[in-house]
Amino acid sequence: MSVSAPAILTATPAATIETSYWRLVGRRLARDPTTLMAGVLLGAIVLAAVLAPVLAPYDPAAGSIRLRLSPIGTAGHLLGTDEQGRDMLSRLLFGGRMTLLAGLTPIVIACLFGGVLGILAGYLGGATNSIIMRTSDIFYAFPAILLAIAISGALGPGLGNTLISLSVVFLPRIIRVAEAVTVQTKSLEYVAAARASGAGSWPIVRYHLLPNVLAPILVFTSTQVSLSIILAAGLSFLGLGVTPPAAEWGLMLNTLRQSIYVDAWVPALPGVAIFLVSMAFNLLSDGLRDAMEVRG
Amino acid sequence: MPPLMTVEGLVKHFPVRRGVFRRTTQLLRAVDGVSFAVEPGETLGVVGESGCGKSTLARVVLRLIEADAGRVRFGDEDLFTASQTRLKRLRRDLQLVFQDPYASLNPRMTLRDAIAFNLIIHETDRGTSRRRADDMLHDVGLDPRLFGGRYPHEVSGGQRQRVNIARALVLGPKLVVLDEPVSALDKSVQAQVLNLLQQLKAARQLTYVLISHDLNVIEYASDRVIVLYLGKVVETGPATVIAESPKHPYTQALFKSAPSMDPAQRLVEPPLTGDPPNPLSPPSGCRFRTRCPFATAQCAEVEPPLHEISPRHFAACHLYSNVN
Repeated sequence: MSVSAPAILTATPAATIETSYWRLVGRRLARDPTTLMAGVLLGAIVLAAVLAPVLAPYDPAAGSIRLRLSPIGTAGHLLGTDEQGRDMLSRLLFGGRMTLLAGLTPIVIACLFGGVLGILAGYLGGATNSIIMRTSDIFYAFPAILLAIAISGALGPGLGNTLISLSVVFLPRIIRVAEAVTVQTKSLEYVAAARASGAGSWPIVRYHLLPNVLAPILVFTSTQVSLSIILAAGLSFLGLGVTPPAAEWGLMLNTLRQSIYVDAWVPALPGVAIFLVSMAFNLLSDGLRDAMEVRG
Repeated sequence: MPPLMTVEGLVKHFPVRRGVFRRTTQLLRAVDGVSFAVEPGETLGVVGESGCGKSTLARVVLRLIEADAGRVRFGDEDLFTASQTRLKRLRRDLQLVFQDPYASLNPRMTLRDAIAFNLIIHETDRGTSRRRADDMLHDVGLDPRLFGGRYPHEVSGGQRQRVNIARALVLGPKLVVLDEPVSALDKSVQAQVLNLLQQLKAARQLTYVLISHDLNVIEYASDRVIVLYLGKVVETGPATVIAESPKHPYTQALFKSAPSMDPAQRLVEPPLTGDPPNPLSPPSGCRFRTRCPFATAQCAEVEPPLHEISPRHFAACHLYSNVN
C-alpha cells in the first residue's frame, strides 16, 4: 500500500554519495591552507621530538666547560650551546619530547574523564548533576596557573606530579563544556522523538547524544592544548615540573635566563619553540572547529 | 464502536521554583482537567492560541511527561499504569510527529538511518530495518535512492517533515499525534504535507490527533474539533458544525480573527485583544471572562461546565447553560 509521490519531489536532486561525517571533516581540513600549514609544522615538531634520539647530534646532558654559550651558527653546534656548554639543538629536540608529553597527557586524561563525567551529569541530571558540577565548580573557582602551582607545590616537583596537577586543572573545564552541550542536546526534539518511539537510555546516548556532543567537546579540548603546554613549561620554569638535568623547554628558559645579557638569541630559542607549538595547536583547533561544524 | 483512546480529567501542573532552596512558589496550570475520546479512524483537531497547553497535552497523553492526575486509556489498557516493557510495546501503536522539522531530526544521522532507528530499537535487524525505511521513504514521496543517504541539512523543511512522518509511521502505529505538523512550513508545502497525511491515513487506517493553532488547517483536515483555552476545553463538536456556528465566544472570536481573503470582510478591529491571562494565576470562574464581550457577574463566580448544545456539540459557557 504505497502512496504515489508527486513527481516534482522525486525529480529534484541529482544522485548523492553517502559520505561519512569524519571523511567530510577530513576533506574540509585538507582544503584550509592555514590549518594545513599548522598541521605540517606540528607534524614536523612531533616527529622531531619522537625521533630525538636519532636526530640529536649530541647527548643532551653532556656539557663542555670550554664551549659554554656558543652563539647560533657555531661549527658543530648549529643552534649554539647553553650555559653548561650542552648542544642546544639536541636539548631542544629532547625538550620537545618532555614538553609535549607534559602538555598533551593531561589534556587526554581530562578529555576522557571530563567527557564521561560531563555527559553523565548532563544526561542524568538531578543529584548526580549537582554533585559533579558543584565539585568541579570548586576547582573552577581558581585561576588555572594558581591551581597548577598550588597542586604541584603540594605534591612536589617531577613529571608525574605535573601530569596530575595539570589534569586536575583541565578536568573541570571539560566537564563544564560536556555537561552544557549534553543538556542542550538532550532537550532537542529528536531525543524526545526517540523516547516517544520507546528507545531506552543506551540507544539514545549511543546514536543521538554521543555523535552530537563529541564534536564540541573535542573542539573545546583542542583549544586547551596550547594552554596546557604553556602551563607545563611554566611549572618547569618555576622549578615545580620536570627536574634538571632533564631537558624541557620551560626548564631551559629558566636556566638560560641569566645568560640573556651575554647572548640574547640562544636563551630565546626554547621560548620560540613554545610559541610555535602553541600557535600551531591554536590554528589547528580553529580549523578543527570550522571543519567539525554541522551545517543544520 | 468503542473509542480508540479515552482521556479523562488530565491534569499537568508545572511547578515554578524560585529562590535558593528552589521552593515551589506557584503552579503553571498547563493542562487543567481535560477529557476527550478519540474514535477509531477519525481526525480529532485540537486548536487554541499559543500557550494554551496544546503541546503539553500531546506529551502528557503519550506519557513523555508524567501527568499529575487523570487517566489515558488506549484500547483496553491504562497508559499511565503500564509497565516500562508494556509501554515500549504500546509506543509502536502511539506515535508523535513533531512541529520543528529542524530540531526533530538528528543532524548526524542519514534520513534512512533516522527512520530505521525506530525499527532497530524494536528488535528488527539492521538490514530489514533499512529496507523498510527505504519503503517508508518511498511512501512519503521521497525516492530512497536519492534521499536515503542524505543528512537533514541537505534537504528542505517540507522534505524533513516527510521524513518525520515516515519515522512515526514505520512502526505501524494505530494513532498518530501530529503536533503542529505544518506550522513551520510554507503555505504551498503545507498543502502538500496535509494531503500526504490524508493519503497515508486512508491507506493505513490511521487515527489522527491533529494539534494546530491554524484554523484553516484544522477545518481542512479534522472530523471533530476540541477548542482549548488556558488548559481547559471550552468547546468541542464536529468540525463542520464548529466552523459554521461556533457557540463559545472564544471560538467565535478565533474564527473572526482568521484573516479573510475578501477585502470587504477585512477587520478593522481585532475581535480578540491582548494576550491570554497568565496561566500562573488564571481568572476565577470562567477563564475567558477577562476577554469576553458577554461576561457577567456569574462568569466570575461559577466555572461553566461543558453543556450539550446540539448532538455531539458541547460548549462551556453560561450563555447556553442558562437558556435551558
